[in-house]
Amino acid sequence: MRGITGLLTGLLFGAGLALSGMTDTAKVIGFLNVFGGWDPDLMWVMSGALVVTLIGTPLVLSKTKPMFDAAFSLPLATTVDRRLVAGAVLFGMGWGLWGYCPGPAVAALAYGDISTVVFCIAMLVGMWLAGKSGLTISRLQQ
Amino acid sequence: MTIALSPLSGGLLIGLSSMLLLLTLGRIAGVSGIVWGAFTDPDRSWRLQFIIGLIAGTAAIHAFTGKPLPPAADGSILLAVGAGLLVGFGTRLGSGCTSGHGVCGIGRRSVRSIVATLVFIAAGVATVALTMYFGG
Repeated sequence: MRGITGLLTGLLFGAGLALSGMTDTAKVIGFLNVFGGWDPDLMWVMSGALVVTLIGTPLVLSKTKPMFDAAFSLPLATTVDRRLVAGAVLFGMGWGLWGYCPGPAVAALAYGDISTVVFCIAMLVGMWLAGKSGLTISRLQQ
Repeated sequence: MTIALSPLSGGLLIGLSSMLLLLTLGRIAGVSGIVWGAFTDPDRSWRLQFIIGLIAGTAAIHAFTGKPLPPAADGSILLAVGAGLLVGFGTRLGSGCTSGHGVCGIGRRSVRSIVATLVFIAAGVATVALTMYFGG
């Protein structure tokens, strides 16, 4: 089972994004447009996801280890620092300009729109640039 | 307000996926981290599988439910490049995105994730308000 858990969880995640309409940039922009014709759907998506993770996470983490690995790989950083806030601001700006965060952007590659391919490549370049900037914390510290 | 069933059930699936990944591989289902790790981390297989699954799961919903494909995003290629750069740079600098911070991080009651989520939603709201005001 370990061999295909990545695929199964990805399938569930992608199905959830498409079913909820989050692969439509207009719906995401509509949610962020609180001063215009606000579209609450993203709030329902977050609510559904959070009901599961708020209840499920403590249950899963009460185990000593995951089913197919030696230990849980959880972020170690605990302090709110300028990197976190600055990163969230820049991410939020890009999200509001186009309507995709990373999950829906990758999922929407299914539609074959050239603009989505361009967005995803630019996103990877942005991630690479962030690493080059020397501002990021290492994966182990995250 | 009526409960929107498709968004709510889609959200439940996303939460379930996150919990399964934590239960089986002990990993956080943060898509920005998974995508970057697929290119840079030696433990690549599950990450590539997850990405293929994301795309295939989306295709499957439209194929099996008949839900119409959403229209292509509205905007120039230049805007796609600029927005993509910001999303990539910002999610790496801030150690996560809507899934890693918003769904998984809040689920494990991480203060960093709660702050990040409030900040990126506020920045998104401000950005949309400004683009609607000046361009809409």
